[in-house]
Amino acid sequence: MLTVRNLNTVHGKIQALWDVSIEVEEGEVVALVGANGAGKTTLLDTISGTYIPVSGSVEFQGQRIDGKSAAYIVEQGISHVPQGGRLFSDMTVRENLEMGAYSHHAWKQRTETIEQVCQIFPRLKERETQVASTLSGGEKQMVAIGRGLMSRPKLCIFDEPSYGLAPKSVMEIFQVIRSLPKQGITVLIVEQNVGQVLEMANRAYVLENGRIALQGIACDLLANDYVRKAYLGL
Amino acid sequence: MKILDVQGLKKKFGGLTATANVNFNIEQGEIVGLIGPNGAGKTTLFNLISGAITPDSGVITFKGKNIAGLKPYRICREGIARTFQSVKIFAKMSVFNHILIGYLFGDHKNKASGSSSEEVAKILDFVRLSGMSESRAGDLTLANQKRLEVARALATQPELLLLDEVMAGLNPTEVAETMELVRKIREKGITVIMIEHVMKAIMEICDRVIVLHHGEKLAEGKPEEITQNKSVIEVYLGDSACLPSET
Repeated sequence: MLTVRNLNTVHGKIQALWDVSIEVEEGEVVALVGANGAGKTTLLDTISGTYIPVSGSVEFQGQRIDGKSAAYIVEQGISHVPQGGRLFSDMTVRENLEMGAYSHHAWKQRTETIEQVCQIFPRLKERETQVASTLSGGEKQMVAIGRGLMSRPKLCIFDEPSYGLAPKSVMEIFQVIRSLPKQGITVLIVEQNVGQVLEMANRAYVLENGRIALQGIACDLLANDYVRKAYLGL
Repeated sequence: MKILDVQGLKKKFGGLTATANVNFNIEQGEIVGLIGPNGAGKTTLFNLISGAITPDSGVITFKGKNIAGLKPYRICREGIARTFQSVKIFAKMSVFNHILIGYLFGDHKNKASGSSSEEVAKILDFVRLSGMSESRAGDLTLANQKRLEVARALATQPELLLLDEVMAGLNPTEVAETMELVRKIREKGITVIMIEHVMKAIMEICDRVIVLHHGEKLAEGKPEEITQNKSVIEVYLGDSACLPSET
């Protein structure tokens, strides 16, 4: 579904990604793990069109999307739930959700999609008219995920959805993400909660200093001595 | 000896009660964990202790003196320093200058013998940022920005350090490094209160844990007591799946 080939991305003078290649098949949950500064967020941002790569390609459902605008990429069926949620803090929950349905085809179905999102997160229905800045951390993350789903994506990208959340909220959020493939949504996820994400994912890539250092079936990586030492602290 | 004693602390934001009659005390030299669901009032409590906001009522006694309602700079000079949940650094300023600011600002009752730059170098070394002294803070990774905030706080020479989620966004290996840093801080004689969701860290380094829920104290005790507490499991931990299974 998504094929990233030999991607090189540069921030100013610093090269953040070196020859990165990854693949995501339809219906999978693919995890991307690595230390802080390894380039995980840069890779996600390059896929969703925030950065233009210096070389290499990103193909989604057989079509080149690298160098295209973020808005175009959303239209093609990729949504991105950024690190820290990045809500519009002065807007209400409902308005934030509607912003996710900005692309043309999603806008027409927005009322219906909001209903579906509120079925996943009933709390958002209760908080519909509340201003985003007054929500708790867990609720904000629910809105961010809901907003990501509002564009009716085929592939949803998550950047550290558990950031700053209480253990119970982390479990709730992970349960939702885990269920997305059943609803026809493929998942690419970056997480620092390495143990939990590897339990949830089908496959995973380990990024180190901007390069793919390891890849494989998630449960194999969970048992890999190097991963256990370097990323699970065991 | 009690270093901090909080009695009857209350704070409302409009109709929302953020802190409702919270009482607790902290012994000198302790590492105390502050946990609770998102929105429980943990950061508000730090804001009240550090003077960022003023309580509606209640007493905060630090080393025998009521500091409730004092300005943040006064409280810092009394000996309380803090870090921020979302890092508050000056992106274009060097790592060295961040720590220098903390050092020059603090009240140095234990006036160090060396020059300011020697003292800053010592702190950089302590938090293991020596190699990045001249880097711009904005160019550091999140893990290092969090270390920088700890360093800046330490530079004010506090007796009580408030750490607000210094481990969020770190992978398990980076968490272990930060846990080591917190232990070293305590060895220097600094008392620590830490807000944290990383239960492995809470379990392994805290002497005591205070649980907040809806602005009230829900439970207090040793880490192993807290993780068995039914109401804590219900509102915060969920089932035991999230506890560190590897310990």
